[in-house]
Amino acid sequence: MIRPLQTLRQKPWLTQASEQLNLIPEVDSVAAARIALRFILAVVGVLFFLFVITYLARSQYPDFQSLAGAPWQPFTDTSRLWLNTSFLILASAAMQAGIWSAQQERQNRTIGFVSAAVFFTVLFLFAQLQLWQQLSQLGFYISTNPANSYFYLLTAVHGLHLVGGLIVLGYLASKTWAVDSVTAIAKPLQLCATYWHFLLGVWMVLFALLASSPQTINALAAMCGF
Amino acid sequence: MQHTAIADQIDTMHDPDTFITKYVWSQDHKVIAIQYGLTAVFVGLVALVLSALMRLQLGFPDSFDFIDPNSYLQFVTMHGMIMVIYLLTALLLGGFGNYLIPLMIGARDMVFPYMNMLSYWTYLLSVIVLLASFFVPGGPTGAGWTLYPPQAILQGTPGYDWGIILMLASLAIFIIAFTMGGLNYVTTVLQARTHGMTLMRMPLTIWGIFTATVLGLLAFPALLVSAIMMMLDKVIGTSFFMPALVSMGESLDYTGGSPVLFQHLFWFFGHPEVYIVALPAFGMVSDVLATHARKNIFGYRMMVWAIVAIGGLSFVVWAHHMYVSGMHPAFGFFFATTTLIIAVPTAIKVYNWVLTLWRGNIHFTVPMLFAIGFIFTFTHGGLTGLFLGNVTIDLPLSDTYFVVAHFHMVMGVSPIMVLFAAIYHWYPLITGRMFSDTLGKAHFWFTFLGTYAIYLPMHYIGVLGVPRRYFAMGDTDFIPESAQTLNASITISALIVGLSQLIFLYNIFWSLRYGEKAAHNPWGATSLEWQTKDVPPHHGNWGDKLPQVYRWAYDFSVPGAKEDFIPQNHPVSPEEHTAGEAS
Ligand code: HEM
Ligand SMILES: [Cu+2]
Repeated sequence: MIRPLQTLRQKPWLTQASEQLNLIPEVDSVAAARIALRFILAVVGVLFFLFVITYLARSQYPDFQSLAGAPWQPFTDTSRLWLNTSFLILASAAMQAGIWSAQQERQNRTIGFVSAAVFFTVLFLFAQLQLWQQLSQLGFYISTNPANSYFYLLTAVHGLHLVGGLIVLGYLASKTWAVDSVTAIAKPLQLCATYWHFLLGVWMVLFALLASSPQTINALAAMCGF
Repeated sequence: MQHTAIADQIDTMHDPDTFITKYVWSQDHKVIAIQYGLTAVFVGLVALVLSALMRLQLGFPDSFDFIDPNSYLQFVTMHGMIMVIYLLTALLLGGFGNYLIPLMIGARDMVFPYMNMLSYWTYLLSVIVLLASFFVPGGPTGAGWTLYPPQAILQGTPGYDWGIILMLASLAIFIIAFTMGGLNYVTTVLQARTHGMTLMRMPLTIWGIFTATVLGLLAFPALLVSAIMMMLDKVIGTSFFMPALVSMGESLDYTGGSPVLFQHLFWFFGHPEVYIVALPAFGMVSDVLATHARKNIFGYRMMVWAIVAIGGLSFVVWAHHMYVSGMHPAFGFFFATTTLIIAVPTAIKVYNWVLTLWRGNIHFTVPMLFAIGFIFTFTHGGLTGLFLGNVTIDLPLSDTYFVVAHFHMVMGVSPIMVLFAAIYHWYPLITGRMFSDTLGKAHFWFTFLGTYAIYLPMHYIGVLGVPRRYFAMGDTDFIPESAQTLNASITISALIVGLSQLIFLYNIFWSLRYGEKAAHNPWGATSLEWQTKDVPPHHGNWGDKLPQVYRWAYDFSVPGAKEDFIPQNHPVSPEEHTAGEAS
């Protein structure tokens, strides 16, 4: 654990024979991956933050028509978005359950839950694709309105991050298959789960944004000074 | 299981045995560093040639048929982008970051060697995509390195079709490469330091590289976001940035997008980018100065604080690049203020470098000459930055050669000076040979004096009002004829400086074979990279046992010590210990 202020107050020019400074580093691959994950989340967070900020800024130009509010707008009725969201919630929950069973060394349950997580994630992705189809059938094409552009863009970028997560998870699974021990997977799985929960959170924010009425969006934009 | 990067026994690290695994698909940070370095220097030379072509046109207008206004703009754009991103960022972080981080903190390698390898190959791909734009119909983009929409993707701008698409794609690929590398650098610094290497015992080089990498990880997403959205505007016809407009007599399908939004995103990346380049340079120059002046760096702690403070502040100054785009006066005031505040930690660093030299035992080696040259060029460029940070002064000077002179001094020449210092300083470690001192000194004087011959007059013609990014001055009443004479002299200096880089290349490659064998730790440096068993260090860096660190990296000329330096892995003697407590 690094305490920034304490660290920055040290006086390294004093030579100390103090044992405590000559610690042996205790680093395993998981600890390193955990640090890396924190940075990944920061990077992904900044990425989506910037998208959202530009969304709010762009919403203040006269040609912007948000996708909710009026009855003929697709996201005024949010039931379809909730359906998709529930898949992602289930995926996150299954992932968490997978960790718990791995910690209790229950191999079959772990495999079951993790497979369920993968299944629901893929289901979510397909549901999103279907949503794309629906919107374009209704005439909401990507370039007809900036709100539509953002809808396709944000869902695509979010989906790609999930695909990336699936690839890492697949790599992890193939590695553990070789080792054949569930406890070994618990810790790295925890990292995957954190990533999944994070992407769920991101999706909830995007959801809220896409389903906001013009009034809400204007209020948010005003708060940001646009 | 201990991570192999810091394990004491290295049997888990299998040595690469074939040529391919050793030099091509290598996962060794030193090889990757050299791959990064050579690629960056190669594209850097392309950018140098482009600058020579631009200078030929400016110095001797109407003499060269193959440079027309379009190709001039393409040269400007590619030169700027290559220099900033593909040369400086890649060489400082991908090259020196990779080489120095594990060695200076006492690790065997990066913590994710495979990802490190991927990072290089992705970077190479981005370079290939970038250079490919020279060969597509319409040529590379001529939108300026800032790529401002709407003009970047509209007919009338050179390379508005393929050129800009390849540029945006290449940037996106570069960002992926950088992120993979960057995750490695920060994780390695945080996780793989050897026994006793506390954060505050790290050499300033590592502090600079570490902070710059964090900045890069947080700033590059802004460039990625703008690249993606502009790509969609170009390819699919969305209107994120594109306003409703009439182009070539035709009204386009774009609706009311916001070009200024792009500018905000671009500079939210663009200003931190200046420090992504500057902070590693600050760090490396501190270590070169301390080593060759045989003195501890003045105010180590303050130097670390300044690096961190500059890093933080660099995120709240971006709109000083947009004064001419128009903004609320309160914002102008805010950004001018933050810009001037960032000068405080920066000035502290300059004072500390000078105070490090003060009464030091200065050895005028080639690296030291370049490091001292950096103090000049950086102070110089920094001072003109104080002018431009003020709205009222920036408005008339913006888009003139004064700006070109300013940013070349501060972020063009200065990091290049440090890069040369660093290449000469670490050359004996990387290659095991010494370079030719005479050639190195010749290279320094040509480069340093030549730089001033190029950029000092540029300030002047900028104040006269010569505009930036212009193919030719044309007939203007307010610019006197004599400006052209200055322009010709700048061009001649630029050509001399460009050619004098051949001395450098010759020296580097000639010495590889014929240079004297380097002594172990020829500069008497204290930091760990010089304490490896073999020079150059082998795979795994440290033989069987990781080094144990007992002290900071600046124990130079310690009173009572046998030699004028004490390496970081040298145990503290009991007498020294009590003396330390007393002070
Ligand atoms: C001998 C060395 C160099 C020479 C002679 C040179 C010359 C030039 C010239 C003539 C321009 C175009 C000015 C204009 O028409 O507006 C330019 C632009 C630029 N240069 Fe350099 N340059 C050199 C090195 C560098 C380096 C090391 C950097 C690294 C940061 C750099 C970054 C830029 C940038 C960012 C631009 C602006 C491009 C734009 O306006 O879009 N240059 N340089
Ligand atoms: Cu700036």
